[in-house]
Amino acid sequence: MPTILAVDDSASMRQMVTFTLKGAGFTVIDAVDGVDALAKAKTAKVDLVLTDVNMPRMDGISLIKELRALPNFKFTPILMLTTESGTGKKTEGKSAGATGWIVKPFNPAQLLATIKKVLG
Amino acid sequence: MSIDISQFLDTFYEESFEGLDTMEAELLGLNAGEADPESINTIFRAAHSIKGGSGTFGLMNVADFTHVLETLLDEMRDGRRDVTQPAVDLMLTSVDVLREMLTALRNSEDIDTARVADVHDQLEALLKGDADAAEGAAVVAEGAAVEVDTPEVVKSSTRGWKIAFKPLAHLFKTGNDPVRIIKELSELGPIKAVADLSTVPEFDLLDPEECCLAWDIELEADVTEEQVNDVFAWVDEDCDLVIEAMVSDVVEEIAMPEAESAALPTLETVAEADLPKDESMPDAAPVSEEQAKVEQAKPVEVVANKQSGVAAKKPQAAESGSIRVGIDKVDALINMVGELVITQSMLNQLGEDFTMDRVQRLQDGLTELERHTRELQENVMQIRMLPISFSFNRFPRLVHDLSSKLNKKIELKMSGENTELDKTVMEKIGDPLVHLVRNSLDHGIESPEIRLEKGKPETGILHLNAYHQGGNIVIEITDDGAGLNTDRIREKAIEKNLIGKNDLLSEEKIHELIFAPGFSTANVVSDVSGRGVGMDVVKRNIRDLGGVVEVKSKQDVGSTFTIRLPLTLAILDGQLVRLGDETYIVPLVSIIESLQIKAESVSTIAGGAELYRLREEYLPIIRLHEIFEITPVNTELVNGLLVVVEGDGQQAGIFVDDLLGQQQVVIKSLETNYKKVEGLSGATILGDGTVALILDVAGLVTLSRERIKALKNQAAVA
Repeated sequence: MPTILAVDDSASMRQMVTFTLKGAGFTVIDAVDGVDALAKAKTAKVDLVLTDVNMPRMDGISLIKELRALPNFKFTPILMLTTESGTGKKTEGKSAGATGWIVKPFNPAQLLATIKKVLG
Repeated sequence: MSIDISQFLDTFYEESFEGLDTMEAELLGLNAGEADPESINTIFRAAHSIKGGSGTFGLMNVADFTHVLETLLDEMRDGRRDVTQPAVDLMLTSVDVLREMLTALRNSEDIDTARVADVHDQLEALLKGDADAAEGAAVVAEGAAVEVDTPEVVKSSTRGWKIAFKPLAHLFKTGNDPVRIIKELSELGPIKAVADLSTVPEFDLLDPEECCLAWDIELEADVTEEQVNDVFAWVDEDCDLVIEAMVSDVVEEIAMPEAESAALPTLETVAEADLPKDESMPDAAPVSEEQAKVEQAKPVEVVANKQSGVAAKKPQAAESGSIRVGIDKVDALINMVGELVITQSMLNQLGEDFTMDRVQRLQDGLTELERHTRELQENVMQIRMLPISFSFNRFPRLVHDLSSKLNKKIELKMSGENTELDKTVMEKIGDPLVHLVRNSLDHGIESPEIRLEKGKPETGILHLNAYHQGGNIVIEITDDGAGLNTDRIREKAIEKNLIGKNDLLSEEKIHELIFAPGFSTANVVSDVSGRGVGMDVVKRNIRDLGGVVEVKSKQDVGSTFTIRLPLTLAILDGQLVRLGDETYIVPLVSIIESLQIKAESVSTIAGGAELYRLREEYLPIIRLHEIFEITPVNTELVNGLLVVVEGDGQQAGIFVDDLLGQQQVVIKSLETNYKKVEGLSGATILGDGTVALILDVAGLVTLSRERIKALKNQAAVA
């Protein structure tokens, strides 16, 4: 099963995402912010990245830029978790190299549907 | 697939309360007009997380409220709005409201909707520049949709859509795949996709990292243009896209049942496709055409909203009383247990065929076992230890609110916030601390005018400090205010019959009187510190925790309240003493010394109370056997020992038969297992299985004083 790197500074969101994805059979690596995620991305094979945007230390946008600069992440789908009000963030994320976004709030079913769609 | 979201609520509440604390601390640190962008960002992030989480976990009222707050913060963050004091104050109130809402939700109580609506309106008013404070709020409530909407929007009368889709060369580098997009489109209805191969270069010129195909797609489905656009939302800047409506000839055709549409004759089924078998995409009848692997399925019902169901879920009730423990602490524990297991198996092996010549190894093993057990114990205790900042953190807000209420200028200083203490002690020390701080603010620090008159700086300083000393934690509350008024306390104490008119007391003793029951100097009961709870309650609470509080004060210079508490309530370093057949435990911290009794140092006063003269001080002698009504080995003082203890700031000598060893004991509550007994603070089980009672030194000292008083009175009457 594919491995997903899930990045969020909120423990409850991390729990929910991890629980949902693991329940669907995915392997999940979780990270608390961009710095953590980047370190983990360098040592693991990741099939999809799911990242929050607003995070301390390194935010999602910077993370996406850093990831895209890594050879392993050139074509990896990277999805942002963003809020409806964050239209600006969507554009910013897209130009940083994001594949797409999932709008918060979302429920586990929506999350899974989107991820399955992307991973085909 | 259904996942019970409520299982994540506890974590959500916990992190939200932490977020609110952060917001509060940062808001209090903001200077109106010159706000630090990093602070605003931190506050925004906290609000943003709460909004995102509450929306996800179905707490829509919280999400709704936080949305307005977040918008306000967003504008401040972008510099579109100034950070004014009223705005900061309103945001502080909002933090309170959120805290109340979350607390109510967690405890399954009703939310004070009137208050929420009121503050919500105020936020809206601020946001809109007081005028039409109506719209805005609804935005978040609609939430929920992933990029694929439910196809129940306005029906158009089109037969379908003609789509020219030409990805730009860099499309792959965004992680997007045109095949996935076309596949998604096919979920709206039957499609016919024709790939344009004309742009594909010669093989040796082909760059596999670039996309060089384009498609003309006909989608035969009664969907809106928006739905089609949504499919391309992620790539709208990474492709050339033209969407045109195909005009409908026969309108009825659109209304064709879904089942039939799956087998629409216009499409040729070429190959099977590997659509994920998800309940959201049932009965897919895939079709593929030319190079493009194109599939079709029923119109997407994608996952649409269990949202309402989620919102209806009742949050789990009440606090489960969890504790956050650092991974390193847990790792240390696991490590320790590992060591313990090794030692145990070593001892096991030794025991299997034991001979006397291996006794040395047995002893070594036991020493190791002891060491590991002790380390394990220390590490387990560590788990319950939290930095006192958890308790201190509420004070910036308290000081902020009170100083404006009292019209005083007060600066709060805190140090030693990382000093750790037991979680239970921390929870119980909160109220006494608040009381002491309120007291210092209300009665201690003077108003700016008076301070200036006294030649002091206008701004008073309140300093909270914490540090470890021995097995105790010491908390100091210092103010540079007026100090205690010795004369007034004395007058008041005489008036309340706490001391005699002619009693000569040192200044310190007079200051201690403020902790006496029924003492209150405030002539006017203010709503700040005069809440009907006196300093005696503070003292009692602290004593219940096995601690002491004392005050040092100098007129016009200030006061320092010092609280000394044991680090934990669970374990105690004890001195075992023997009395008759019984073993008692005296807390080591309260023992000053133990000595052989010299007959010439004992004197008896009126009523038969005995005193022991020790270095010019007279200590009351407590005969434990009389208090606990047991038969001792000795009743002659010279045959026993005197353990000099200090409790409640007063010394006394406890008369016992013998001193035994010292050891750490685990405290078992008498109150929960039996009932509260005066003079005892608990019990423990010793190594040999017998129960030993732990002495409550402070209680005993008080008890003995009362006895002496009673004896004196009896003697006087006689």
